[in-house]
Amino acid sequence: MWQRHPSVSRAFAAQLRRDLTIAFRAPGELVNPLMFYIMGIALFPLGVGPGAERLAEMAPGVLWVLALLSTLLSLDSLFRRDFDDGTLEQLVLNVDPLFTGVLAKVLAHWLVTGLPLAILSPVAALLLFLPASAVPTLVAALLLGTPILSLLGAVGAALTVALKRGGLLLTLITLPLYVPVLILGAGAVAAQINGVDPAAQLAWLASILALMLTLTPFAAALALRVSLE
Amino acid sequence: MAALLTGRGLRCERDGRLLFDALDLDIEGGAIVELTGPNGSGKTTLLRCLAGLTGDFDGSVERFAPISYIGHRGGLNAQLTPLENLRWYAAVEGAPASAAMLQALLEQVGLAGCALTPCQQLSAGQQRRAALARLGFVSAPLWLLDEPLTALDESGCALVRDLLQAHRAAGGAAVCATHQPLQLANVQHTPLGAAA
Amino acid sequence: MSWLVTWWHRLSSPRWFFTVSRRWTGPLLTLGLIGMLIGLGWGLAIAPPDYLQGNSFRIMYLHVPTAILAESCYLLMGVAGAIALIWRIKLADMVLVAAPPIGATFCALALLTGAIWGRPTWGTWWVWDARTTSMLVLLFLYFGVMALRQAVPREESAGRACAILAIVGMVNIPIIKYSVDWWLTLHQPSTFKLTGAPSMPSEMYLPLLVSVISFYLFFAAVLLMGIGNEILRREQRTQWVNELMQGRSA
Repeated sequence: MWQRHPSVSRAFAAQLRRDLTIAFRAPGELVNPLMFYIMGIALFPLGVGPGAERLAEMAPGVLWVLALLSTLLSLDSLFRRDFDDGTLEQLVLNVDPLFTGVLAKVLAHWLVTGLPLAILSPVAALLLFLPASAVPTLVAALLLGTPILSLLGAVGAALTVALKRGGLLLTLITLPLYVPVLILGAGAVAAQINGVDPAAQLAWLASILALMLTLTPFAAALALRVSLE
Repeated sequence: MAALLTGRGLRCERDGRLLFDALDLDIEGGAIVELTGPNGSGKTTLLRCLAGLTGDFDGSVERFAPISYIGHRGGLNAQLTPLENLRWYAAVEGAPASAAMLQALLEQVGLAGCALTPCQQLSAGQQRRAALARLGFVSAPLWLLDEPLTALDESGCALVRDLLQAHRAAGGAAVCATHQPLQLANVQHTPLGAAA
Repeated sequence: MSWLVTWWHRLSSPRWFFTVSRRWTGPLLTLGLIGMLIGLGWGLAIAPPDYLQGNSFRIMYLHVPTAILAESCYLLMGVAGAIALIWRIKLADMVLVAAPPIGATFCALALLTGAIWGRPTWGTWWVWDARTTSMLVLLFLYFGVMALRQAVPREESAGRACAILAIVGMVNIPIIKYSVDWWLTLHQPSTFKLTGAPSMPSEMYLPLLVSVISFYLFFAAVLLMGIGNEILRREQRTQWVNELMQGRSA
């Protein structure tokens, strides 16, 4: 009667399905990071003037900085809700190995924040007069970079989930780790504008993604256990 | 009966207060332990130590069997329906989970009509029943329950008693932290705090 | 091999470490300070001026050691974090308490001396050079670990959380450095690197070496003092500490 046969793939799929269902039950919340992205981008012409040339020059950097900030905004919801209703404890106790559950959560998070961001980016690029030739590179770089942001952010979120007012601390500890993604992502787009092949930067991003995929789930899982102590 | 969990010399301090000291526990199949004590006496902390959620205590805990832990907050997501919550539990615990089976479980706890209502729309008592529903399917030999009777009416309390009796008859054991007495026969009382 | 096992076990005894570290702190501090005086005096006053930068490059004798130490300190934190998590040795945990403030101070000093170096060379107090940018990001990483330590209420959990963060930071530092280097060459291809050419004549190189070594000694001394403090704080209720305190005040 006590036999349990947990299978890793079944647990992974169930976690993914659960998190996506929860996300779509509150569709208003899903839109928030995307709205922030567009609004933040719109602040730049308002701040520095509508001149197309200057905006186009800073477009790669601005598009990426705002992607970082939007991701940071959305990270709190990764573990906090589960922590508050006691589900996180159950995740830690029951899912074995824990890093598969964490990976499923991060994937769900990316599917509802990073991926829409990458898809929405051509609209944002339009607002800043990014040359059309650079838009595919922008989307590709965001598709590679936003998962890295979600993965690194998961470690920060796991470390701060049990803290009151952990949101600001989360930002502080995660932002320095985002610097390489910002440099490479914006660099890829800038290279494309200058007619240089962005393959190098995209390859770098891909290898960082591979590295983070293997390392961060373990770190985040350990951090979750520490937070629940 | 087989030992399911043993604790030796358990001692825990929180914020400079000594919660419990030199506590020994031997839990075997068929035992039901009632942890009593006033608020803040360390019942929840002890349960979390036994479950393995925290290592911040002195002494040793040895677990010989899997554990089902239902904490103070219930472990249900408010946006999901009881059915969806149970389906997730079934998947992570590796239990079979056909829709019919889950529906039957919910009927067992008296939530037959609420299977498709998001948990946030259920009353506190109904949510507690939904949280307890997962004890009905393949769960572990040892249950660690934190305040299982909270928010439950008389029929709800009877439900918990029935679940515990059935569990005990099948050879399982349970440790319950509770304010209200469980009103079961053959229960070991372990008082914590000032009463200890 | 048994001496290794004994030594390993001894490392987990705070009291033993405290007495040993007390013995070493004095000599290390003395050597370090003397070395710093020699190295800095030599570099600041005696070594010949650089043919390009004149005398302003002399701040390098302060800048380079502090920068090297800021990075080494984080590396130490990462390694200590790994040891603390894997083998649960309290000493490693205490290194993680004592080291971040020291490393952050060195990092801030490196930035300050970098600014002092930059002023006569570039005309501005700040320049986004590869080293200064990496140093700035490193300073943020230090702040993160220190802020996390403050924020987590339980001491043991705080230690483990900081260990995780230190390891993640340590793994990311090479990635950050390479990407910043690459970013700089992209935007300023003709930058003269403030770090100076690697092939320096020995009149310039030797005082730098003396400086760096003595800074390491100084760091070791301050770290040991910090760990000693942490040991006293954690063991404040034990008998040996009380006897020690009474012996001091007697």
